[in-house]
Amino acid sequence: MNSLTEAKRQPTDWQGPAMQKRIARRYAAERRFKAMGFGAILLSAGFLAFLLVVMVGNGFRGFTQTELPLEIDFPAATGGASPSEFEGPNGNTNLQALGLRDIVDSSIEIQYGDDGTELFSPGGWTTVSAMILADPKIVEQKVTFDLPVASDIDVAYKDSGNDEAEAKVAEYSNQFSTGFNWNFLSNSDATDPMQVGIWGAFKGSLITMIVTLLLAFPVGVLTALYLEEYAPTNRLTDLIEVSINNLAAVPSIIFGLLGLAVFLNFFGMPRSGALVGGLTLALMTMPVIVISGRNAVKAVPPSIREAALGIGASPLQVVFHHVLPLALPGILTGTIIGMARALGETAPLLMIGMRAFIATPPSGITDPATVLPVQIFLWSDEVDRGFVEKTSAAIIVLLLFLLMMNALAIYLRNRFETRW
Amino acid sequence: MANSGTEHTVKAFDSDINQLRGMVAEIGGRSEQAITKAMQALENSDLELAAEVVREDKLIDDLEKRIDELTFQTIALRAPMADDLRELIATFKISGVVERIGDYAKNIAKRVPIVTQTRRLTPISLLPSMSKIASELVRDALDAFARRDADLAMEVNRRDQIVDDFYTSIFRAVITHMIENPKDIGEAAHLLFIAKNLERIGDHATNVAEMVYFAATGEPMPERTRGEDPETALDEVLDDEAD
Amino acid sequence: MNDDLKMQEPSESVDMTDSATTDMPGATSAPKMTARNVDVFYGEKQAIKNVSIDVSMDNVTAFIGPSGCGKSTFLRCMNRMNDTIPIARVTGEIRLEGDDIYAPHMDVVQLRARVGMVFQKPNPFPKSIYDNIAYGPRIHGLATSKDELDHIVESSLQRAGLWGEVKDRLQDSGTALSGGQQQRLCIARAIAVDPEVILMDEPCSALDPIATAKIEELIHELRGKYAIVIVTHNMQQAARVSQKTAFFHLGTLVEYGETTEIFTNPREEKTRDYITGRYG
Repeated sequence: MNSLTEAKRQPTDWQGPAMQKRIARRYAAERRFKAMGFGAILLSAGFLAFLLVVMVGNGFRGFTQTELPLEIDFPAATGGASPSEFEGPNGNTNLQALGLRDIVDSSIEIQYGDDGTELFSPGGWTTVSAMILADPKIVEQKVTFDLPVASDIDVAYKDSGNDEAEAKVAEYSNQFSTGFNWNFLSNSDATDPMQVGIWGAFKGSLITMIVTLLLAFPVGVLTALYLEEYAPTNRLTDLIEVSINNLAAVPSIIFGLLGLAVFLNFFGMPRSGALVGGLTLALMTMPVIVISGRNAVKAVPPSIREAALGIGASPLQVVFHHVLPLALPGILTGTIIGMARALGETAPLLMIGMRAFIATPPSGITDPATVLPVQIFLWSDEVDRGFVEKTSAAIIVLLLFLLMMNALAIYLRNRFETRW
Repeated sequence: MANSGTEHTVKAFDSDINQLRGMVAEIGGRSEQAITKAMQALENSDLELAAEVVREDKLIDDLEKRIDELTFQTIALRAPMADDLRELIATFKISGVVERIGDYAKNIAKRVPIVTQTRRLTPISLLPSMSKIASELVRDALDAFARRDADLAMEVNRRDQIVDDFYTSIFRAVITHMIENPKDIGEAAHLLFIAKNLERIGDHATNVAEMVYFAATGEPMPERTRGEDPETALDEVLDDEAD
Repeated sequence: MNDDLKMQEPSESVDMTDSATTDMPGATSAPKMTARNVDVFYGEKQAIKNVSIDVSMDNVTAFIGPSGCGKSTFLRCMNRMNDTIPIARVTGEIRLEGDDIYAPHMDVVQLRARVGMVFQKPNPFPKSIYDNIAYGPRIHGLATSKDELDHIVESSLQRAGLWGEVKDRLQDSGTALSGGQQQRLCIARAIAVDPEVILMDEPCSALDPIATAKIEELIHELRGKYAIVIVTHNMQQAARVSQKTAFFHLGTLVEYGETTEIFTNPREEKTRDYITGRYG
């Protein structure tokens, strides 16, 4: 009922100056917000670009090596060895018996003088050996190899080094060439920066990641499913939820301490192995998977569950035929994020001893191994200046690995995304 | 036994129904008045009054059309259920019936100029009483509609018997008179017709009463008992007259 | 005043099981589902008070009533969907062909195949149309070969009046259909597991008038093959579609009878007020 005593509202003046001011202020606020957002994006992109530029700038030289030519007269040096000796499985042993290292050294002395060996990297003979095994026929010829130079020459050539090295660089300046350092990708750790490679650490990371995934993924997903679909709402469930959420925030070094105390000291597992590393990282990654898994499962609309229940699906069928497929993209994303984080973890692995000098890549989960970030840490500690660019190069490899994992995440997520 | 006092949530529905009720009350009142005025004109040989009744019947016809229109509209737009639906269907039928009652009154008024020497015929004295009862029936039937009173409707149904009894005795008296006074046959015939009209009015009032009963209870009215003694009913009335 | 003219006093849930009040003349079958003295509690709050009702194969039964009156709650008791709500507690007896559905030995999963449900908002699985229909028969083991399964899918879609519109695109996603088609898909899905009862919880409230009319026609065709119970807010729909109507109010079953009776001459004042729009 309209009350006759109701105060009449003044008709609103939508065109008046007061309104116009409000409109102008509103538009200004919108513009400001958009500008701030854009500025934030620029800033983040700027940081990212800066990081990439610096890393790549420092690191790409780690993938290159300075080389000098060396001519080896095989018939003369070997005294007429025949190619057939170096074919097949015995080739390597026969090469060892031949004393290839000495042959190379003497060829260097012939060409560059007595102190010529100082010019070259001591591991250069492995390049020759690899080439002989690849094509044994060259032992019948005179061949010129481009062998990597010694580390200080390399540094001096690329940047600036000590006076002696600089002098040598000046002496042979027109003979240097730059080649791609394939060994970096296939070797493991070494004392000589010219011979180090990332493969050992890469393989270690790979094996550790596999162990982590195999442990964290099933446990995490099943936990998430149980908590969301089956757990009764009581204090115990609340306690579990809170604990898992807190676990995700615990500093990673504490997991390292845990690994040390439980896996190494109590269970006596092999130190420095990928097994222990994987176990420790799995403990760290599992809460992340549980949290993202729960969110993904929560996001599945109840109407799907009701529809499935309505035609007589059992609770197990509802979860595995309907909820899990729809929650999978979210779960996968969370898993990959957790794994990427684990990939970059250094502190806990240092605690459990994956910091030793590993010269050969691990072949099983109990062999001593190291991972990429730890390798980077160790190399950054080295005194030899030759390691500087190698460290940056290793960082680039790590970044590429992370990029690949993210790309995989996006691909998997798009692949499994079903619209409902 | 009225409808529950609560109003419809959609107030416009209530205003439609109230408007219809008002119109039914109006058409009822006009028809009743038409009967009264026609009989008065007859008694007093008032040709003016008779002509007025004939003219005003047009208003009743128009009103009936408007009621039909509004009822139709309300049914289409409001989708009425249960007692609302019954009331609207009843409204439809009642307005038609009441309009016919008005027509009978007009018919009576039309005969007034023809019947001039009415005082001579004895049976004429019964007509006013008969018309009084008949118009009371109409009034009570419409009251029952307004109040949704099923009991009153039953009573109207019962009292129509009196009107029927009146008709029977007037019929006998007029026929007797016609036999005895052949030269009065012309006027006597008109009296017969007038009495017949009044009897028909009574019957129509029972039609209204049956509609009212259905609207109020949802059941058709039980059959009227015919066991009443016609003589007794008439004697009651004559005794009243004699007072 | 004559007693037979007095309106019946409003009472607590009338006993609807008296066959004099509910049997159609010529009703042939025993009731498919019966409920006796059913109470439902959500924690401390009582949502359904002492409801007893019979549902038969011959008739479509409509549950009507204002919001919150318990009609959907009661419907969900009939296929034990309330089991999914932890604080819900159901007492009383509900029988499907004589078997108490709340007995401990009763398999809920099988019950829900025998008593199917269609929901308010169409909820097809995010799978192909074929898989939507085939899912139920697969998990219940109703088909032993691909041909049998194909046959079940086709006949369910035909019964739901959808076959002509989708037979050339069975591999398309079920969610790509229009709202009305999705709802018919959900009905076909329920039919595919060969139910005895189909419960419909406001199946047309999310649909436009044409889709609604198609579903109402479908319900008409399914009458007699399945016992159908439909909960609806729309009284005209209840009037159009059902033969028996039950009016719920604040958790009690106020009146249950022939649909024509309820809508032309209800016995209870509360029913009359609701139907004529006097619930202000």
